Amino acid sequence: MDPRFDVELVAVTKRYGGTLAVDNVSLRIPHASYCCLLGPSGCGKTTTLRMIAGHEAITGGDILINGQNVSDLPPVARGTAMMFQSYALFPHLNCLDNVAFSLKMRGVAKAERHERARDFLKLVHMQDYALRLPAQLSGGQQQRVALARALITHPKVLLLDEPLSALDPFLRIKVREELKRLQRELQITFIHVTHSQDEAMAMADLMVVMEDGVIRQSGAPREVFERPVNPFIARFIGGHNVLPGPGGPIAIRADRCRLGIPGNGPFVSGRVSVVEYQGTMVRVALTTEPGDEISALVPDDQFHRQPVEPGDAATLVWSEHDVHHMAQA
Amino acid sequence: MMIGGPSVRPISSSRPWTFYALGGLFAAYLLFLYGPMLVIYILSFQGENGGVTFPMVGTSTVWFQEIIKPGQMANIPISFGRSISLAAVVSCITVVFAVSAGLGFRRNFPGSGFVFYMAVASLVMPGLLVGFGIGLGFRFLGLPTSLFTSALGAQLTWTLPFGLFAMFAVVNRFNRSWEEAAADLGASSWQRLRYVTLPILLPGILGVAMGAFTLSYDEYARTTLTVGPLNTLPLEIYALISSATSPTLFAIGTLTTVASFTIITITLIAVFRMQRRRTLAGLKVG
Repeated sequence: MDPRFDVELVAVTKRYGGTLAVDNVSLRIPHASYCCLLGPSGCGKTTTLRMIAGHEAITGGDILINGQNVSDLPPVARGTAMMFQSYALFPHLNCLDNVAFSLKMRGVAKAERHERARDFLKLVHMQDYALRLPAQLSGGQQQRVALARALITHPKVLLLDEPLSALDPFLRIKVREELKRLQRELQITFIHVTHSQDEAMAMADLMVVMEDGVIRQSGAPREVFERPVNPFIARFIGGHNVLPGPGGPIAIRADRCRLGIPGNGPFVSGRVSVVEYQGTMVRVALTTEPGDEISALVPDDQFHRQPVEPGDAATLVWSEHDVHHMAQA
Repeated sequence: MMIGGPSVRPISSSRPWTFYALGGLFAAYLLFLYGPMLVIYILSFQGENGGVTFPMVGTSTVWFQEIIKPGQMANIPISFGRSISLAAVVSCITVVFAVSAGLGFRRNFPGSGFVFYMAVASLVMPGLLVGFGIGLGFRFLGLPTSLFTSALGAQLTWTLPFGLFAMFAVVNRFNRSWEEAAADLGASSWQRLRYVTLPILLPGILGVAMGAFTLSYDEYARTTLTVGPLNTLPLEIYALISSATSPTLFAIGTLTTVASFTIITITLIAVFRMQRRRTLAGLKVG
């Protein structure tokens, strides 16, 4: 048993007939970390999560949880619990019975399982809704109940399939704070599938970016954001301009670009195509002669001293040490 | 700025002529649908000296009493009992098989297409021919045709595919992740079925049971050549229509309708009770 890693994927592969959904994925998730699986739709992130949960058989490779090979174990024997994207609350049971369901399956007496379920409803601040049916709850409330239902099994690893996608933007930010707090308090690993890079950057200790069934980059969010390994990551993570460089593609962060005049440093000239006011920043996008688009995030006070409008000729400048060299796609 | 003008009519002042045309069509349809039945119900209370058509010659319940009197109508209550018990058995068997098949068809098992088309074929086959074939088969094998052998089988060729298709619609709305969540929470496959799948599907299953019951209860074509010497209610009524005409037939119609509605009402009340209990449980706290 290797206590350093809660989850290890060893060359995990999933094939549906002829299509390769997950290709030879290896990953180690340290103890009690918040891991985000990130990528565009169809990249294999949800399939990977479902394989860890045991809802999807693996075609090749091994999955270890807490050092134990669980590849052939049923979901309940893995020490994982899953929170489904649709929450999957049982519509015929009230919140209390939903949360107590796993205890009932294990034969725990009614009084005891209800008492423990109440504790977990309290943990997610849903104790006042114990006797309601899922249909009588809002999406955010249903999610809390689903969370309590997953946590009552005392999982070593909690798997969350796009948990925030059904919530409105305000609630989303609140819930992500809460999930993060819960993860810190419980000291277990959360694996959270998302297609939102904001979400991943805000929450993850370990950010895993997938594309076409493989992991393109994994690391701390800051590492991924500051040193994307290839143009796909730079574009997907956002906030970067990807340009052809002498020794392969380069990335320059949009917030490090300035509107200016050609000087000694690197620059690109073109016509302003978009001006987008974003509050603290203004995004100015230029279309260059060859038709590339490059944008700068300019602090609002700076922009308003020398505003530009779509159609104006303009130049973006940046300094040499902000250039990040990447491998070819 | 002026909003509207003399030429602009307020939105709800009048309905377009199509509303009245379609409304009239719908009323005519309702009359066509329920008119004949209504006539039967009224005429079943025909006076003692009245006939099978209007006008009513007073009112009475003699035609109802006629049913239970020994005589020509003696077989009606007995055949009614036969029909009800056959329908109950058909309904149970249909539910068991249709529910299992409906759940099974979610997987694309080998040969599922073939089984599906066989079920379709059974549904479109002319009922009289199916009954004829089954009757002939029994005779060929030297077995006597009877209510709970040949007639039961003949009716199942009709109610099983119906139940299967109804279950497709029910199962379609079933979210697979409910079962996955149950497995995640440690439910064995039996527990999953018992505590998650069946309770969630229950209203749909009751619908299938009621549907199969009704189909069996008024089945004629498949039953007539397979039932043997003892008639079901529809067969008995049909025999009466060809031999005797009196308002007693209408009284039978009224009674069987009452019976059907009673069964439907009981089922619906059961479903509503279930839902009400759940909602009330929720309201206690909320």
